[in-house]
Amino acid sequence: MSGSSSQGSLHALADRWLPKLVLSPTLAASLIFVYGFIAWTGWLSFTESRLMPRYEWAGFVQYQALFENERWWTAAANLGIFGGLFILFCLLVGLLMAVLLDQKIRAEGALRTVYLYPMALSFVVTGTAWKWMLNPDMGLQKVVVDLGFTDFTFDWLVNPDMAIYTVVIAGVWQSSGFVMALFLAGLRGIDDSIIKAAQVDGASLPTIYRRILIPSLRPVFFSVLLILSHIAIKSFDLVMALTGGGPGNSSDVPAIFMYQFAFTRGQLGVGAASAMMMLITIVAVLVPLMYMETRSAKRV
Amino acid sequence: MFKNLTVGRALVYAALLLMAIYYLLPLYVMLTTSFKSLDDIREGNMLALPQLWQGGAWSKAWAEACTGVECNGMQGFFWNSIKMTLPAVAISTLLGAVNGYVVSMWRFRGSDALFTMLLVGCFIPFQVVLLPMAQLLGLLGLANTTAGLVLVHVVYGTAFTTLFFRNFYITVPDELVKAARIDGAGFWTIFFRILLPISGPIFVVCVIWQFTQIWNDFLFGVVFASGESQPITVALNNLVNTSTGVKEYNVDMAAAIIAALPTLFVYMVAGRYFVRGLTAGAVKG
Repeated sequence: MSGSSSQGSLHALADRWLPKLVLSPTLAASLIFVYGFIAWTGWLSFTESRLMPRYEWAGFVQYQALFENERWWTAAANLGIFGGLFILFCLLVGLLMAVLLDQKIRAEGALRTVYLYPMALSFVVTGTAWKWMLNPDMGLQKVVVDLGFTDFTFDWLVNPDMAIYTVVIAGVWQSSGFVMALFLAGLRGIDDSIIKAAQVDGASLPTIYRRILIPSLRPVFFSVLLILSHIAIKSFDLVMALTGGGPGNSSDVPAIFMYQFAFTRGQLGVGAASAMMMLITIVAVLVPLMYMETRSAKRV
Repeated sequence: MFKNLTVGRALVYAALLLMAIYYLLPLYVMLTTSFKSLDDIREGNMLALPQLWQGGAWSKAWAEACTGVECNGMQGFFWNSIKMTLPAVAISTLLGAVNGYVVSMWRFRGSDALFTMLLVGCFIPFQVVLLPMAQLLGLLGLANTTAGLVLVHVVYGTAFTTLFFRNFYITVPDELVKAARIDGAGFWTIFFRILLPISGPIFVVCVIWQFTQIWNDFLFGVVFASGESQPITVALNNLVNTSTGVKEYNVDMAAAIIAALPTLFVYMVAGRYFVRGLTAGAVKG
């Protein structure tokens, strides 16, 4: 040891600094590209920037402009409708399928493959596919009319009152299989002896699921809620591909509003303000959920 | 209970099959439509098989269809996406591996806090960084280039890959590393000799996750690329929404499948790892 002591101390020195050195590029990138950029956008939202960024403080003018813009409220309301229904149906469909698949099903692997493949597709592809299926002239409407139901109409895609619901249909199709996978993994992780004990007590299978298994999936519920609300708030590509926010602005969502004001309408300030509102929404939804998730994870 | 058993199981299977049809229907419709002629589409039924199978829409989608002003099909954009995805996946995965190694095996005072700080990058809505990023890419001369998109995907993908590797390495017993250190192994020796050889599975998961995320991205593509440098998702959206001329649904569907093929292929050959990636990405935080 004594002969290599200087080399050894060099090693020790390297081992003390290398980890920090290795991590530092990513940390620097994170400081600039995440924290710095958020601050930058935040600053822009308090300036009078329009076509070009300007950096003089202007107070809340852009937020005022945003809140006085009816289109923003349409977008926000649509996010509420889409987010709420998307999460609800993904949870229901995903949980139902997980419970059904949990019944020692033949060809379970094949079915799971079928349920999950939409998750591999991009939202643009999903939007394109459903845009075609929901086409009022040639899509599902025509299929039903051809079956003899000549009065049948299904024109949600071009109906301003209903367009946002078509986004829900396509979104649930894309994401519910993933929810199923998470719930199924959760169900498989539950100790068999609990079920056996309940069966000995004479509980029926539906009761076991309702009273014991599903309640013990609590942590999974939080994860799923976390991911789905995240997907919903960020949703941009699906709406762009499916309805483009239309007809008119009827299926607009905040992500599209931000994109159009910032990049195609030359309203940087309003765009920045809407981006900050999206950030605030995500924080307001995710932080309590994550808090509850860590708490429930600790309890289980 | 036994009396209802068979009826119950029949119902379970019926429900599962019904759901399978719901999930497969769009794929079926896309595929069949892409092989139909336009007349066949107009006159026939969406659910019917093509009267005459023809591949013309496919070659048109690949080489001639108009995505805005250009009419060179999807081929150029397909290669754009490849050129963007491969380096971005490789760089972000390697960075994630060493980062994950540091935050799990070489924890120092404040390293947990730094890791949490990094994770925030997984959760922010990217709208909040778009404007500064556009400015910065302009300053760097990377606006509307594939290199610019690679940079963006590496920057925002590394938070995820770090998380993946950290969650994997945290399960490796400490004793392994401690013993190696007593034997005089340094930082890199431990990484290359001990951890890398057992990291195969997490590399696969991470690469699949990053590949799908980056290939399927639309937001960064539409904001930071234009014309020639667009990724395939943006080109597909442009193709479908081009309003000039006759709407060729068969070409739209062929183009959509072309855009989906790489990730579908990955899903088919490595579905198990794909799901594992999804679930690993799900337990963030």
